[in-house]
Amino acid sequence: MIWTTALQLAVRALWRNKVRALLTALGVIIGVGSVITMLAVGAGAQERIARQLENLGSNNLMLRSGSSLRGGVRTGAGSNTSLTRADAEAIRSLPGVLAVSPTVRTGAQALYRGSNWGTIVEGVTPDYLKTRSWGLESGEFFSERQVAAAVDVCVLGRTVVRELFGLVNPVGEIVILKGLACRVLGVLAEKGAGNWGNDQDDIILAPLTTVQRKFMGISHVDRIEVQAAGKAAAASAYKEIQRLLRARHRLQEGKANDFRIYNRAELASSAEESASVFAWLLGSIASVSLLVGGIGIMNIMLVSVTERTREIGIRMALGARRRDILWQFLLEALVLSGIGGLVGVALGIAAALTLGSFSEFEIRIAPWSVALAFSFAAMIGVFFGLHPARKASGLQPIEALRYE
Amino acid sequence: MSAGTPVIRLRGVHKTYAQDRVEVHALRGIDLTVAAGEFVAIMGASGSGKSTLMHILGCLDVPGDGDYWLNGQAVRQLDSDALAAIRNRDIGFVFQNFNLLARTSALDNVEMPLVYAGVGKAERQRRARAELERMGLGERLLHHPSQLSGGQQQRVALARALVTRPALLLADEPTGNLDSATSREILALFAQLNRHEGLTIVLITHEADIAAHAGRQLHMRDGRLED
Ligand SMILES: Nc1ncnc2c1ncn2[C@@H]1O[C@H](COP(=O)(O)OP(=O)(O)O)[C@@H](O)[C@H]1O
Ligand SMILES: [Mg+2]
Repeated sequence: MIWTTALQLAVRALWRNKVRALLTALGVIIGVGSVITMLAVGAGAQERIARQLENLGSNNLMLRSGSSLRGGVRTGAGSNTSLTRADAEAIRSLPGVLAVSPTVRTGAQALYRGSNWGTIVEGVTPDYLKTRSWGLESGEFFSERQVAAAVDVCVLGRTVVRELFGLVNPVGEIVILKGLACRVLGVLAEKGAGNWGNDQDDIILAPLTTVQRKFMGISHVDRIEVQAAGKAAAASAYKEIQRLLRARHRLQEGKANDFRIYNRAELASSAEESASVFAWLLGSIASVSLLVGGIGIMNIMLVSVTERTREIGIRMALGARRRDILWQFLLEALVLSGIGGLVGVALGIAAALTLGSFSEFEIRIAPWSVALAFSFAAMIGVFFGLHPARKASGLQPIEALRYE
Repeated sequence: MSAGTPVIRLRGVHKTYAQDRVEVHALRGIDLTVAAGEFVAIMGASGSGKSTLMHILGCLDVPGDGDYWLNGQAVRQLDSDALAAIRNRDIGFVFQNFNLLARTSALDNVEMPLVYAGVGKAERQRRARAELERMGLGERLLHHPSQLSGGQQQRVALARALVTRPALLLADEPTGNLDSATSREILALFAQLNRHEGLTIVLITHEADIAAHAGRQLHMRDGRLED
């Protein structure tokens, strides 16, 4: 039999039972569509985490003052004052450490002429930009010397600039922070939303010493960010820093650390891992619906073979070979799953794009996921179409003809 | 096939059906020879085994015992593809209940054997159309079976049986579902095909006046043939 004719025959047979064919294909359409949508959501989440990982600086360690037992009361992380700038300087001299950035933070109302804006002031050293993989949009950052002298200067985040200055260039202007007139040295490059959706650009950076002494009246630091030379260096620095700080803080053997140390690369990579598990989970849940769609095809094809037993007999009586009958039914299943697959691809992409524009989900439609979903649908057509087709082609001509 | 080879030769053909553990002997030793160009009518009571014989002749079923040579070729030795090819090319079959595909136009029905013969679309249509016109259905090409009378349906079936130009036409009570006027028309068509085109015909009927058209009449009783 000629291919185009066989295909025509299959399409015509399906067309004769339009509604049934549509309902059967719907299983595949929904299956393929949801596989594509779910993989797009999963890949989007993965990509978002990968980007955050890049933002974090992947070889970073982070130290915070840790809770310790004091008269039976355990205070939360960061509530104690064990870490100092001297600790940071000691860490800087460890091998494999590229940059060390001790910070303190406080809330403040920033004033410029008529406008004011509540934001966060972070006291930092010049290494801060390195450890955060951040840069300047304009102007300059304060120097080590300015930090040592606790000068009243600051660098503004994009959001603060927008809120206080509008279109005015802030560099060289004076901003009032907690009654202190600080000259604006520069503006940070836009960084966007952070891991928890916080606006990272809503910030003012000032010299660590200025914030410690003039704003907060403290001498400890809240956290120390450490950038290592690489992943391996980060791992060894992790151990070295513990040893160093325990010695500096004179902690006896058996006593708990009075600081906490986090390996950010590890945190990030485990987040990345769970995102990929999440992506595959979504994908496989969706594939189950595709499988169910395939079973729907098999069900309908089996019904169809039974219904059309006489037709099969007539065709055999007129010269159809077994393989002609086999292909007739297999092609019908393939056309069903193929059309279902194509419509499913279109619908899946549309659904993913809609989801992407109307919700918080980040969406990424990878070409391979479309190819995967479609070929999965085609395979399901073959797999679930083969059994009914073999059943049809295995009939004896006379038995098929006599079938009531 | 040499000139003298009979189209059909049956020797000691038996067929037994096992139904509900009861054996039904539908055919009990059939010997039959049909030469090229013959018109044979088979008569007999219902249940005497006529259809069973016809299905074996048409390669739709196989003998339980005995041998069947079609155009000198032993059918027993043929595989299912070869049998399909024989049904397609060498034999035309007409059934009592027409066996047309429902919701399918007359033209498509008649084209079907040509599809399995591997004939291209244009040629298929041309030949199917010509065959239907010969049967006087030139105006009904796109009608579905449900839109045709019984006589018209049987003529579509006849066109379908003849479109591949087989040398042998088998008809199992082709007029059984038709009124007598229509029956006569169809029978006249058979006689004409036999006389003018040399078509070998084996026809089952239980009407004696119809059988009278045939060159030879055979009677079947309890799975056996008698003259
Ligand atoms: N598939 C079958 N299974 C069981 N018995 C059958 C089958 N086909 C025919 N028979 C029996 O074989 C006998 C001959 O049937 P058939 O050839 O159809 O007779 P006819 O066509 O002369 O009426 C009948 O007794 C019938 O019941
Ligand atoms: Mg009968």
